Amino acid sequence: MRINLSSVPVDDQEKAYQFYTRTLGFQKKHDIPMGKHRWITVVSPEDPNGTELVLEPDEHPAVPPFKSALVEDGIPFTAFAVEDVAAEHKRLEALGVKFTQPPTEMGSMVTAVFDDTCGNLIMITQGGME
Amino acid sequence: MDDDLYRAIADPTRRAILDELVDRDGQSLFELCSRLIMKHGISSSRQAISQHLEVLEAAGLVVARREGRYKFHWFNGEPLKAITTRWPANAKKR
Repeated sequence: MRINLSSVPVDDQEKAYQFYTRTLGFQKKHDIPMGKHRWITVVSPEDPNGTELVLEPDEHPAVPPFKSALVEDGIPFTAFAVEDVAAEHKRLEALGVKFTQPPTEMGSMVTAVFDDTCGNLIMITQGGME
Repeated sequence: MDDDLYRAIADPTRRAILDELVDRDGQSLFELCSRLIMKHGISSSRQAISQHLEVLEAAGLVVARREGRYKFHWFNGEPLKAITTRWPANAKKR
């Protein structure tokens, strides 16, 4: 068994696609029409055959309140690894991304948390558990 | 109000929360919990930390404010003045 997909629940698939590709820098792996939604996955250009991230519609009525509760408390939905959190923070802030936590040393890791504009907070991490 | 203040700072976890807010003001509950576990080895549940924050808020030492969809916590040192007013730090020794 292996983990080939992970997903984030997004409030608007097209907005999410733009943010995850143009702003974060991931690249499209699949984009397949599925009725009123799309099956969209993106991958890291550093690992194009790696785990795909599904940009999944947050349609189920339980999902938006769940997401809001996490966001209110600053809890990231998921996390991505980067080489340099401070550099990513600088790059993303210049692109207008809102951070709820600037780069902070947490033991052997450096972490930061930003808003993905689609209803989730995302953590970026450097070092630590890798 | 006085009792609230002394009760609030009597607890080591609550003092650590204040330390972290002085280090960086305006934190989410998640950031505070992460700092407490990584820097102080305090692995209390988020719920427990929330309750500590409520005690600090009741004493006026922490102010929680919503900013859009996020909620951040801020340090307020004002109530601490009551301590040195009551027992001046530079009081003359008799």
